[in-house]
Amino acid sequence: MTVGEMAKALSLTPVTVEDETRTFSGVYIGDLLSWVMGRAKCDNIWITIMSNINIIAVATLVDVAVVILAEGVALEESVRQTAEQKGVNIYTSEKTAYQLAAELAGLSK
Amino acid sequence: MNEAVKLHFVVDGDDFTSAGQASVQVKKSLRQLGIAPEIIRKVSIAMYEGEINMVIHAGGGEAEVLIYEDRIEICLTDRGPGIANIELAMQEGFSTAPDNIRSLGFGAGMGLPNMKRYTDSMHIDSKLGEGTRILMTVKL
Repeated sequence: MTVGEMAKALSLTPVTVEDETRTFSGVYIGDLLSWVMGRAKCDNIWITIMSNINIIAVATLVDVAVVILAEGVALEESVRQTAEQKGVNIYTSEKTAYQLAAELAGLSK
Repeated sequence: MNEAVKLHFVVDGDDFTSAGQASVQVKKSLRQLGIAPEIIRKVSIAMYEGEINMVIHAGGGEAEVLIYEDRIEICLTDRGPGIANIELAMQEGFSTAPDNIRSLGFGAGMGLPNMKRYTDSMHIDSKLGEGTRILMTVKL
């Protein structure tokens, strides 16, 4: 499934959409950045409530397919611009990480 | 004989938000050299953790990346306070990072363990009051 199809199915709000045709595989949830770098996999969906600039570096280095900011977390404009420059897909949602994960699990059935 | 490709970076200690620039640049360079994605991921994550460590603990430092035919070497050097107990620092969850760093999502005590996890060998040379030098190798 592509990032764009998933975003539509979960009614996510786009923040930076650089490549909605990218396909994803698996989901990782976490806010401790080193933990995410140690455990998340390439092409994962990464759900987090962290919004500082370092999430862009982590998303780029791990090469996740998309970042979903849970619980209505917003990005500062400078962070959003960096995400755009680095080609990182980011969406936001009012839902909790758990609700998002449950819906993603439903999608894969 | 093929000479190694050499990349050198100064890691700015004042600017936490710019940490990662060297790793992202290395990632780009390795991609241009046609290095396998899994290797690129290992090298750039190990290096990012090192960069973050230098910014949090040592007021910055220097990073050198040498790309040989059979391996990539990453050398990180700083003139920070040094690591008091390397064995303890290598344990997952052990951290001396201040609270403001934790609020940024770091300081989980995973930096050095991640560097070890993503490299084939890692050697730490540290002297209290003088600084730390870390040499990591990833085989190609």
